[in-house]
Amino acid sequence: MALSKQEWLALEKKAHELRNLTLDTTYWAGSGHIGGGMSVLDLLTVLYYKYLNIKVEDPNWADRDRFILSKGHAAVAYAPVLCDKGFNDVEMLKTFNLSGSKMGMHLDSNKVVGVDASTGSLGHGLSIAAGTGLAARVLGKDYKTYCVLGDGECNEGSNWEAAMTIAHYKVTNVISFVDRNKCMIDGRTEDVMRLEPLADKWAAFGFKVLEVDGNNINALCGAIDEALANTSDQPYMIIMDTLKGCGIDFIEDDYTWHYGAFDDEKYAAAKKALENSYAARVARVEKEAK
Amino acid sequence: MAGGGMTYTAVDSTSLQTAEIYGKALVELGEKHPEVVALTADLAKSTKIGEFMKRFPDRFFNVGIAEQNLVGVAAGMAKAGLVPFLSTFSQFASFRAADQLHTDICYQNVNAKVIATHSGTSFGQAGSTHHAICDLALTRSIPNLTVICPADGMETYNAVMAAYETPGPFYIRINRGFDQTLYKDTDYGYEVGKAVTVREGTDITIIACGSCVFQANQAAEFLDKADGLKVRVLDMHTIKPIDRDAIIKAVTETRRIITVEDHNIIGGLGSAVAEVVVESGKACAFKKLGVQDTFAPIGLHEDIMSHLGIDANGIIEAVRVVMKADFEADEDWGDEY
Repeated sequence: MALSKQEWLALEKKAHELRNLTLDTTYWAGSGHIGGGMSVLDLLTVLYYKYLNIKVEDPNWADRDRFILSKGHAAVAYAPVLCDKGFNDVEMLKTFNLSGSKMGMHLDSNKVVGVDASTGSLGHGLSIAAGTGLAARVLGKDYKTYCVLGDGECNEGSNWEAAMTIAHYKVTNVISFVDRNKCMIDGRTEDVMRLEPLADKWAAFGFKVLEVDGNNINALCGAIDEALANTSDQPYMIIMDTLKGCGIDFIEDDYTWHYGAFDDEKYAAAKKALENSYAARVARVEKEAK
Repeated sequence: MAGGGMTYTAVDSTSLQTAEIYGKALVELGEKHPEVVALTADLAKSTKIGEFMKRFPDRFFNVGIAEQNLVGVAAGMAKAGLVPFLSTFSQFASFRAADQLHTDICYQNVNAKVIATHSGTSFGQAGSTHHAICDLALTRSIPNLTVICPADGMETYNAVMAAYETPGPFYIRINRGFDQTLYKDTDYGYEVGKAVTVREGTDITIIACGSCVFQANQAAEFLDKADGLKVRVLDMHTIKPIDRDAIIKAVTETRRIITVEDHNIIGGLGSAVAEVVVESGKACAFKKLGVQDTFAPIGLHEDIMSHLGIDANGIIEAVRVVMKADFEADEDWGDEY
């Protein structure tokens, strides 16, 4: 079901706040994985501010929904979400990546509250998600596990081992995503190691595949709603067409911004770019919301 | 670990393969603890967990031939509150899935138990693709991981039970097929991290693990009769955390040590013992028996052990050499620091 205008606007506002906080965190840290952080940020926003059944006051609640950021380098966007939600003090973001901090470039589930898996080595998250999903079945619990992979991450063979397990065991309480920003460290995904036809690959592995604009909050929620309404035996894979660096126009779709640094001038320009992007997104809501 | 194992007798110890005893122990845990689940990567039959599969089909998961995924799935299950026991061949549990073992299980410090079968050269005829002669070196260097190499079936039972009762990651490597019986039952005071003194002695200490403990004990018996040597034999089942006290006691009291393992002499038991000896600051005649940094030949396990000199004959020869070895005298021998 389409979002109401009010809810859509509220999520856009939250995503805008979180983009600012992600940029700030990158700036405070001196550098960071800003490109892939910004591309996945709309998903993080809708999961943490609309879908996830979690309790900030009881972060290890056994019945909570799980979220596994398999593309663990997007921590620069994930940490702001966990702080904004109240799992961790927002002041911690000022220590991100710094010596002695609990918050490194890839989040440690034993140090940062609210993190369900210590990721960073790519190709691990989907197996862990299969494990939490199967555990729900054994334990008789009805929580969901959401897991997001990077598109470049799909090069790792272990993902496809996990995919077979999820499909074979019909682990439909796991909802999977690929952040298809089409960039990786050394270049465009199709130049470094061809992924297409990516949707066909996931479908061939037994998934019901949806392709959606991953930087359109309304469209993203529509896809998640469909996955949540799933009564079939087929697990869902939502391939999100996204922009690397989404929201900061001068780094968008530029693979060289996989990891980058903002000096004062660039930081000011990025802040301005985020305001412009937000204005355009609000205008889109005004135009498209029912 | 005494208690709970009273049903395991000398009959079991001789009529069951080591992995079959593991399989029985796993069923016993499954009956008592609904959170225990079993996983494998197309090796349920080989790792002898078929009975668990029959008894608890909803708590058994075969992920196919996909060891990285096997370890990752187990980590996720442990994160959600289950106690997964995953079983595959040692070489694949360690090396094939090394990153998942390191990161998903050990870095996250989850309560998952790896039961690695066909360890050392026990799958001898399969050749080096299926020998695990480097797994101890890899696993004992991973933080948070307890590493155990039981001497026989009864000790495997004890180690598996101890793994359940001790929160955190475990790597237990056991052999394919039958092991010679060292312990008639499970009631001999097994404790993780504490070596078992199989035989007292004052002339030299043999520190062994896995199937080499039985061989060391055979050698010690022979040397007592033939050479009048009093050989101490330590079953160093826990490779990490290693029993430093037992090693330092052996250095102090016998001043001659031989380590014996079905593993490369680099990085395994011998290295672990050597680290303790060197840090003790005490002079000691020392020799490591094991796979001499080469790939082992193809053959029956007992033939390979003989070839490597880690059977009773090889150990006897090594003891006679080390008994003649000189080491620098230490005038302050009695001083501790």
